[in-house]
Amino acid sequence: MAEKILMKGNEAIAISAIRNGVDGYFGYPITPQSEVMETLMKEKPWETTGMVVLQAESETSSINMVYGGASCGKKVMTSSSSPGVSLMCEGISYMAGAELPCVVVDVMRGGPGLGTIQPSQSDYNQIVKGGGHGDYHNIVIAPASAQDMYDFIDWGFELAFKYRNPVVVLADGIIGQMMEKVELHPMKPRRTAEEILEAAPWATTGKPATRERNIITSLSLDADIQEKFNRKLKNKYDIIEETEVKFSEYLAGDAEYLFVAFGCSSRICEAVVDELRGEGIKAGLLRPITLYPFPTKEIARLGKQVKSMMSVELNLGQMVEDVRLAVAGSCPVHFYGRQGGNIFTPEEIVGEFKKANGLA
Amino acid sequence: MAFKGIIEVDTQRCKGCSVCIANCPTKSIQLSKTVNSKGYHYAELTGDGCIGCSNCAVVCPDSVITVYRVKIQ
Amino acid sequence: MSISIEEIKKPENIIYRKPALLTDNVMHYCPGCSHGTVHKLVAEVIEDMGIQEQTIGVCPVGCSVFAYNYIDIDWQEAAHGRAPALATATKRLCPEKYVFTYQGDGDLASIGTAEIIHACGRGENIVVIFINNGIYGMTGGQMAPTTLIGMKTSTTPYGRDPKLNGFPLVIADMLAHLDGTAYITRQSVHTAPAARKAKAAIRKAFEYSQKGIGLSFVEIVSTCNSGWKMSPVDANKWMEENMFRKYPIGDIKDVLNTK
Repeated sequence: MAEKILMKGNEAIAISAIRNGVDGYFGYPITPQSEVMETLMKEKPWETTGMVVLQAESETSSINMVYGGASCGKKVMTSSSSPGVSLMCEGISYMAGAELPCVVVDVMRGGPGLGTIQPSQSDYNQIVKGGGHGDYHNIVIAPASAQDMYDFIDWGFELAFKYRNPVVVLADGIIGQMMEKVELHPMKPRRTAEEILEAAPWATTGKPATRERNIITSLSLDADIQEKFNRKLKNKYDIIEETEVKFSEYLAGDAEYLFVAFGCSSRICEAVVDELRGEGIKAGLLRPITLYPFPTKEIARLGKQVKSMMSVELNLGQMVEDVRLAVAGSCPVHFYGRQGGNIFTPEEIVGEFKKANGLA
Repeated sequence: MAFKGIIEVDTQRCKGCSVCIANCPTKSIQLSKTVNSKGYHYAELTGDGCIGCSNCAVVCPDSVITVYRVKIQ
Repeated sequence: MSISIEEIKKPENIIYRKPALLTDNVMHYCPGCSHGTVHKLVAEVIEDMGIQEQTIGVCPVGCSVFAYNYIDIDWQEAAHGRAPALATATKRLCPEKYVFTYQGDGDLASIGTAEIIHACGRGENIVVIFINNGIYGMTGGQMAPTTLIGMKTSTTPYGRDPKLNGFPLVIADMLAHLDGTAYITRQSVHTAPAARKAKAAIRKAFEYSQKGIGLSFVEIVSTCNSGWKMSPVDANKWMEENMFRKYPIGDIKDVLNTK
C-alpha cells in the first residue's frame, strides 16, 4: 500500500522533487513558498539521491542557475511567489528561446508590486500569456490540492522534456500552505549520464570528437532565421494545444449553468455547485488543469449547452477573457472574483451567481 | 645558435590590424600594397630577417599566421 | 649559410599555428581586438590540457556573445550578466567538468555584479575570464563601470566626470577580498611576452578549478580600438600608458602561492 503522509502543498513539492529524481533545485526565500527550500535543506537529498539544492542570491540568479542546469540536460527546477517570478521572467523567456526544459513553481500571492502575502490567482496573465519578452508560451499546469503539488512535479518534467519548454506549476498560497494527505508513489532514480545523453542529445555534456559542439542559445541576428525559429515554436505550440489539454468536470453533463475555475477556486466552486443542485438549479463546473494549453474546445462546446457561464477567480478577471474567447458569444460569461488575498465563500459565490443570472 | 624563419599569412582572413608589425623584433613584416577580398591590406613577410620567434603569431587576434623555423648553426 | 624558403616551409618546421580547437569561422571582431587573442589562448589551454570533452563554456552578452562560434567546445549563451549563475549550476551538477565563463566589463562589472560577487562568495569551482577594455563595445562605445576618469565615450562625450558618473570599479581587487576566491590575476595580451603570461595564468585558473579551492578569476586588460577611436597599435600604447595605471598587471591573490 502506498504511503500517505499529511503535509503542506509546499512540502509536497520538495518531497516530490526528491522522490522523482530531480537533479537540482535553485531558489530564493519568499512567502508563501519558503517551505519548499526549507524542506529540501532539512531532507539533505544530496546525501541520498545526489540532488543539488542551492540558495541563490536572487530569483534572477536562481532562474539562471536553472538555465545552466537545464543546458546540461538535467532535471532542474525552482519555486517562488509572484514578485520573485516577475524577476524570473527574463530567464524564462531565454529558456523558451533556447528551448530548455525546466519546472518553475509559482505559489501566487496578491499584487501588483509587493502586494500581500495572502493567496491570489493574479499571475494568470503573466504566466499564461507570457511574462517575459518575445513570442513564446509556457506550458502551465494548475494544481488544486497538495496531492496535485506532489504529482505535478513529475508530470511537469515529463512535459518539459517532451517539448523542450519551460513548464510552470501555477499554484497559490492556499494550496502551498494547506495541509492534506499526500500519497507517495514509488521512488524514481535520477537519470544516469547515459540516460541524459539519450533524453537530451542537445545538451552541453562536453563535446566528444564524434559530434558537433552543442550550443545553447536564443540569439539569432538574422531576421529570416529568427522568423523560421518563431514558426518552429508555433508548430510546437500547435502540437501542445492539440494533445496536452487537460481539464476535469463536475456535474457538467446536464448543466444549464457552468462555473469555470482553476486551482483552489475550483474546489470552492464544487461546494457552490452542490449547493445550487440542492436548490434544483442545474449547475456544473469545468476546472482547467492545463491553463496553457487552455481547454478552449470543451468550453466552446459547453457554451452551446448552458444558459450562462461564470468564471470565478482570485483576481480582477484574467482567465475570464480566455473563457469569453472560447465561448465566442454563444452564451453570456459572467465573472466573480476577490482580490488582495481575500477568499470567497461558497455562499458569497451563490449570491453573486443568482444576481448575475436574475435568479435572486 | 641562430634561427631562420618565415611566416605564412592567411591573407584572406587577415584584417591588417598591424599588431604583428609592432611586435616583430626584426621588422620583417609589412602591410601589403594590395588588398584582400574584404578590402584589408594584409600582413606579409619582408626581407630575410625573420628568426621565427612567433611573436607576431602569438599576438595575432585572428590567428592567421603560421610560423616555420629552422636552426641554421 | 643560405637556406631557401622552400626548405624552411615544411610541415616539420612549423613551430606556431592556429590551435585546432579554434574553428575556421572568421571572427566578427574589429581588426586588432583583444578578444581574438584571448579566445586563442583559451583554445590553446584547453587543447594543451586535452580537456575539450570535459569543458563547458558560458558566454555573455556583449561583443563576445558569439564566442561559441570560435572555440570548438560545448557552450551556453547566458542572459546579460548571468553567466556565473549558469556556470554555478553547471559545475555543481557536473563537478567533473571544467566550467568557465567569458565576460566583458559591461556584462560582469555592471549588470552582472550580483552574480559574480556571489559566485565568488560561494567559492564556486569555476574559471572566470574577464575582458576589461573600459567601454561597451557591442552597443557602440558607451561608458562602462571600468571607464577611466576623463575617458571619452559616447555617453561621457566630455570625459568621465566622477561628480556625474562616479568612479571606476576595480573589480579584481574587490573580488580578492572574498574568501571564496582562490586565484585572482590581471594580465594583458598586447605583446607576445604578455600573451604568454596570460596563457599561463589561464592554464593555472583551469587547473585550480579542479582542486576544489574556489573561484579563479583572470582579468585581461584589453583594448577596444574602435570604441576608443584609435588604431590597434595606438590603442595598445594608450592602454599601457593609461589603463595599466588604474589596472596594474600581475597576480593579486593566489591561495596556493605557486609560481
